[in-house]
Amino acid sequence: MLSFVLMLMLAAVHLLWPLAPLTLDPELSRTLLVELRLPRTLLVLGYGAALGISGAALQALFANPLASPDISGASSGGALGAVLAGYWLGFSQPLALAACGAAGAGAAMVLLLVLAGRRADSATLLLAGLAISLAAGAATSLALALAPSPFAFYDAFDWLMGSVVDRSFGQAMAALVPASIACALLLRRAHALDLIALGEDVAASLGYPPRRLAREVVGLSAVGVGAFVAVAGAIGFVGLVAPVLARRLTRGHPGRAMVPAAIIGAILLTLADFAVRAIPLDRPIPIGVVTALFGTPLFLYLIVTMRRGVAS
Amino acid sequence: MTALVAQGLALPHRLRATDLSIEGGQLVALVGPNGGGKTSLLRALAGVEDAQGEVRINGEPIAGLAEARRRALLAFLPASRELGWPIATRDVIALGLATRDEARIAALLDLFELGALADRPINRLSTGERTRVLLARAMAASPKLLLLDEPFANLEPYWVLRLAMILRDLAQDGTLVLVALHDLGQLERFDRAWLVADGAVQMDEAPADLVASERFEQIFRIIAADGGWTIRPADRQSSR
Repeated sequence: MLSFVLMLMLAAVHLLWPLAPLTLDPELSRTLLVELRLPRTLLVLGYGAALGISGAALQALFANPLASPDISGASSGGALGAVLAGYWLGFSQPLALAACGAAGAGAAMVLLLVLAGRRADSATLLLAGLAISLAAGAATSLALALAPSPFAFYDAFDWLMGSVVDRSFGQAMAALVPASIACALLLRRAHALDLIALGEDVAASLGYPPRRLAREVVGLSAVGVGAFVAVAGAIGFVGLVAPVLARRLTRGHPGRAMVPAAIIGAILLTLADFAVRAIPLDRPIPIGVVTALFGTPLFLYLIVTMRRGVAS
Repeated sequence: MTALVAQGLALPHRLRATDLSIEGGQLVALVGPNGGGKTSLLRALAGVEDAQGEVRINGEPIAGLAEARRRALLAFLPASRELGWPIATRDVIALGLATRDEARIAALLDLFELGALADRPINRLSTGERTRVLLARAMAASPKLLLLDEPFANLEPYWVLRLAMILRDLAQDGTLVLVALHDLGQLERFDRAWLVADGAVQMDEAPADLVASERFEQIFRIIAADGGWTIRPADRQSSR
């Protein structure tokens, strides 16, 4: 509850700060708010929440705190899907980009399920995810190298760096609408994902076959993350870290951690975007770089605690 | 109403078509060699796998039943005691209930003497302690049919005896308890024993009759001797 209020306050500040340009001219400030600030605020909130929910759901499904959209290869798969769509259909087709991003993310996660299985140990999960990420990354590089024109190359490269800056309201909606539906459906699996903590057989004996649950979670989180990856590029670590923090609020329950993970994810990405704005450089640094810089120490902390045999 | 009826229950390569019909209020032991099908039979009865055939508990087919109804009818304790998440003992037991009921949780903590461990994350308990927590979880909703895979494994002697008493009390209240078992020393505590081998229930006898039978000797390759067991002469190869 407290974190939800904090998220709303941060969102309001994100939308309105810096205040100075808004006080000049009513017409100009309206345009600035609706066409520049609002899409950006909605994107960081929505993307952060989607990463938190999908990360929590994937961690619950794989019974592993290392499962997450970035490590499962979903983000890089989504990026590959969106780059290919960008070439064929142009980067000005946000809905098509979102659809192909989701398809790419889904394909990567289905591959992960096939390679590692649902109850993979951490090593298998990381290796399989790494292999998929590397393959998708290489394919994306190849796609860039074979760019049909220099303009297409620059379009794709610029987009790949991952940014929530200068996205239109239409682009934001193309990601927000399908991702919100997917996340809402994921939240309905919270109870089943709590029960699967007792083991797949127990969940199955209570009427939740793990195979069906795996299909649902993978499909829905692919849409939730892939749509945002397609519009704002791949952003790492939030989907990994937010669920870990969220489970401390739900006494370890992995399924019901999805709601706090959404709020924490939204807060983390909003904070990261504040950093993007606050760091004075000629051009804004990609938000994915910020999350990686702050996320890596948290990730290392997680690995150290896991080495001590205490799953978070 | 017959507590448990199974018709044509089968799993490809693991369980041959099985028909069962058992009254409630009994302790039934499933014994048999490794890989004989004890766990497969329990899993098929629990609806864990898409088995062929039909399972009915108190006349109600379990296929397609919603969670609340399933909880009232059956609970399954798998052989694995591993839980990945640091969920506290009392919360694990709560997951066995459709709606959280603190009085029921307290009673189960008391029954399994888990009061001191109530708030400890289950992944920091010993295997035997985890077994007690997961048993409490399975019994929480007072199901008509309790399917337990190796519940005595890893328990200290006190808890082996205590659990036998707890299961007997449940049976007296009308619960049907099916237990997959390796420790033949426990057999005498059961009302009936099923010999499960080659993916089928080969025999259904009183425990004493089962142990005395030639079939038992053939399948287990052991014989009773001096109040314990010994490998039968035909199977005694030199271990050197």
